[in-house]
Amino acid sequence: MNEVVIEGKGICRDFSGVRVLFDVDIAGRRGEIHGIVGENGAGKSTLMNILGGVLPPTEGKIFFQGREVSLNPKVAKELGIALIPQELNLVESLTVYENIFLGRETCKGLFLHRKAMIEHTQEALRLLGLESLDPATLVEHLSTAQKQLVEIARVVLGDIAVLIMDEPTATLTEHEVQTLFGIMRSLKERGVCIFYVSHRLKEVREICDRVTVLRDGRVVASYPTQCVTEEDIARFMVGRSLDTVFPPRDTRKDEVVLEVRHLTVENAVHDVSFTLYRGEVLGFAGLVGSGRSEMAEGIIGLRKKKHGEILLEGKRLDIRSPQDAKYHGIVYLPEERKSSGIIASMPVRENITLMVLERFAHPFLDRKREVDIAAHRVRELHIRCKNLDEPVEFLSGGNQQKVVFARLMEVQPKVYILDEPTRGIDVGTKHYIYHLIRDLARAGLSFIVISSDLPEVIGLCDRIAVMREGRIVAFLDGGSTSEEEVILYITGLRKGAVYA
Amino acid sequence: MSDEVRVMTKRVRLGIFSEKYMLLWVILALSLLSASISPAFLKIQNLLNILWQSSFVGVIAVGLTFVMIAGGIDLSVGSLTAFIGGIIVLTINALNGWSFSIPVAILVGFGVGAVMGYLSGLLVTKGKIAPFIATLGTMSIFRSITLYLANGGEFRCVDWSYTAIGMGEIAHVPIPAFLFVGYGIITWVILHNTRFGRYVYAVGANERSARYAAIDVDRIRIFTYVLSGLSVAISAVIVSSMLNSVSSSTTGLGFELDAIAAAVIGGTSLSGGRGSIWGTILGTIVLSIISNMLVMLNVSVYLQGTVKGLVIIAAVLVQRLR
Repeated sequence: MNEVVIEGKGICRDFSGVRVLFDVDIAGRRGEIHGIVGENGAGKSTLMNILGGVLPPTEGKIFFQGREVSLNPKVAKELGIALIPQELNLVESLTVYENIFLGRETCKGLFLHRKAMIEHTQEALRLLGLESLDPATLVEHLSTAQKQLVEIARVVLGDIAVLIMDEPTATLTEHEVQTLFGIMRSLKERGVCIFYVSHRLKEVREICDRVTVLRDGRVVASYPTQCVTEEDIARFMVGRSLDTVFPPRDTRKDEVVLEVRHLTVENAVHDVSFTLYRGEVLGFAGLVGSGRSEMAEGIIGLRKKKHGEILLEGKRLDIRSPQDAKYHGIVYLPEERKSSGIIASMPVRENITLMVLERFAHPFLDRKREVDIAAHRVRELHIRCKNLDEPVEFLSGGNQQKVVFARLMEVQPKVYILDEPTRGIDVGTKHYIYHLIRDLARAGLSFIVISSDLPEVIGLCDRIAVMREGRIVAFLDGGSTSEEEVILYITGLRKGAVYA
Repeated sequence: MSDEVRVMTKRVRLGIFSEKYMLLWVILALSLLSASISPAFLKIQNLLNILWQSSFVGVIAVGLTFVMIAGGIDLSVGSLTAFIGGIIVLTINALNGWSFSIPVAILVGFGVGAVMGYLSGLLVTKGKIAPFIATLGTMSIFRSITLYLANGGEFRCVDWSYTAIGMGEIAHVPIPAFLFVGYGIITWVILHNTRFGRYVYAVGANERSARYAAIDVDRIRIFTYVLSGLSVAISAVIVSSMLNSVSSSTTGLGFELDAIAAAVIGGTSLSGGRGSIWGTILGTIVLSIISNMLVMLNVSVYLQGTVKGLVIIAAVLVQRLR
C-alpha cells in the first residue's frame, strides 16, 4: 500500500451549535482514488471542505505527510491540496486563460505576460484532452462540462498532492464523465491522491480504489471497492429505525383531489402525470435537478406550462400565477427558506399574514385582527420569538420555517406543495412538522412533499413518486418500500413499472 | 445570534433616542444652532418659510419613497416636474376665460403624471430594464420635450389667479405647506395601513419571497411609479403656481437628487425594503433647515452643495453604524 498523504483524525464539526460531523477518521493515500458516498446531509461536503482547508474542524487533527497541520485556504494551496467545489467558481465574463491564472497572473515587469499564460493554458488543456479549446474563449460561451474541465485545468496546472472533487459528474453526460475519468486516472498515475464525492454508485465502483460511506455525520463503512457491491454501499448509506420519528400513516384512497395530466415544463419536466387523493401525503424523491421543484412551480403557475392540465376536484383549472393557485387553494412552500420563503427584515406578524391581508383590509388594515391571527398561529405552532414584532431574521431556522408554514396554513388551502420542508432545521422541529403534516392530512388536506431526505420521504409519505431527468420513473408504496429500493430508482440502476 | 439579540434589546431600550426619533433630535440640534447664529431663525415667518421651501421637493420625495422601498429608483421626477408644469400652464392658457380652466388644467397635469409614471413602471417591470437606466432615459426625454415645447424659454401663465395656490395662505400658513403635510398624512396611511403599502415593503425586501407568497410583484412596482408620477404632478402645481411660469431649462433641475437625499437621510434604503414617510418628511426638513442656515450665515451658494453632500454621507454612515 502507498504512503498516507493526508489524514484526518477525530474530526468533528458544529454549525451554529449543531454537530454535523462526529469523530471522523479518514485517510487518503498516494495514487489512490477515494470515493466518498452518503445521503444528502450526511456530511460529505463538510468533510471535504475541512480536508480542503476551507472550513476549520471544531475538534480533531489533520496530518499532511505525517506532520500535523492547521489548514486554511492559503496553507492548503502551499501544500498542494486543491478542492473543486460543487458550485463552479469561474468568472463568466473572463476568458479561459484569465480564469485559470486568476489571482496568480504571470507578469513581465509591470504588465501581464499574456503570451506565457496562454501557452501554459494550452499545455494544461492538452493534458485534459481539450486541445481544441481556444484559451481566449469567454467562459460564458462554454458548456457546463467544459467549465468543469477548465476548473480542473486550473488545479492541475499547479503541483498538486491532493485533489478533492465534490460531485463533479452531477451535470456531465456519459461521454464527458469518461473524459473526466481518463484525467483522474492520469493524475493517479502521477501519484495524486483524489477524493471523489458522488451520488452515482456505479461510477464510484468504476473509478474508486476505496469507498467510505458517511451517514448522519459518522463513518459507517470504509472498504476497498472490489470488496463491496453497489447494493452493499446503498445498504450502508441508509439503515436506521424510523418508527419513533414518523407518525403512523393513515392511507385513504377514495377521493381524488388533484390530478395532473401530462405536465411539461420547458427543459425541466417531461409529461408528468399523477393523482393526489384527499388526505394523502405524496412524496417526490429524486436527485437535485431531476425536475421536482420545476414541476411544483409549473403547477402553481410560476413557470410556463408547455403542455398539460391540472384538475382540482374534477374541475379543470387555468393557473397562470401563484395568485391563481392561491385562489384555488393550492399553496407552495419554496425550497430556499432564506431567499424565497421568509421576508427577513419583516416582523413575524407581517410574515404570517402576508398572504391573507385581504381578509382584514377594508381598505385599511385592521391591526387588532392581524395581531389576533398572528398570535393564534404563533401559539398553535409554538413559534419561539420575543414578540410578534420581532424581525424574522432573528429567529432560528426551524422557527423561520414554522413562520412560513403558518403563512400557508392561514390561506386554508386544499393542497400543500412542500419543497424540502425540513432542510436545515433542528431535529425537534423536524418531528413537529412531520406530525403537523399528518394531522392536517387526517383532517382531509392533501400534501405533495418534495424531499431529498430519503428516510423522510419513506417515513412520512403514503406513496412516493420517483423522478429522474424530468420524468416520473416509479410510484412506490411508502409503507413497503426501502431506501435501497428508492436509491436504485433515483440513480437509474433499476427502471420500473410506472403506474399512477 | 446572541450579538443580534443584544443589538435588538439595545434598540428597544433607546426609546426616545431610537431610530424613529433620531432625526427629530437632529432637527432640534440644528434649530438651536441656527437660533444661536441668528435669532431671526426662530421667527414664525422663517419657520413657515422653511416648510414652504420644503414642500415642492418634499412631495416628490414622499412619492419616491414608495418607489425606493419597493427596490426601485426614479430619476425622472425633476424633468417630469418641468414637463407637467409646462402642460398645466399651456392648458390654462388654452382654456383662458373659462371659469374652470385652472382645475381642469391641474387634472390634466395629474393625468399626465399618472400616465408617465405608468410608462416608467412598464419599462422597469415588463421591459425588465434596470430602474436607474429606464428613468435616466425618461428623465432625458421629458426635459428635452419640455425644452422643445418652450423653445428653450419659459411657459408664462396668462391667468394670475393661478398664483393663489403657490403664493396663497390660509391663516398665515402657506398653502404649499398644507399640501405637503396633508399629502404626507395621506401617503403615510397608504404606506403603513393598506395592503398595497405592506406589499411595497415585501417586494422591496425580498422580491422572490413576495412572488412565492402570491403577490403580483409587477403590479405593485408599476403602481409605485404611478404614485411617484402623481406626486410630481402635485409638486408641478406648487412650483408653477408660485412663479406663474415654468422655465423649460431650470424648473425641477436637481429635484431628483434632493428627493433621493431626503429619503436616504430619512432612513430609506436604496436596495429596498426599508424606509418610512415620516423619515422622508423629516429628511426633507433637515435639508431645508441646513440651506436656510447657510443663507443666514452668508455662505456662498456655490458651497451649499458641499454641505448637503456631507450631510447625506454622514446620515448614511450613522445608519450603517447602528
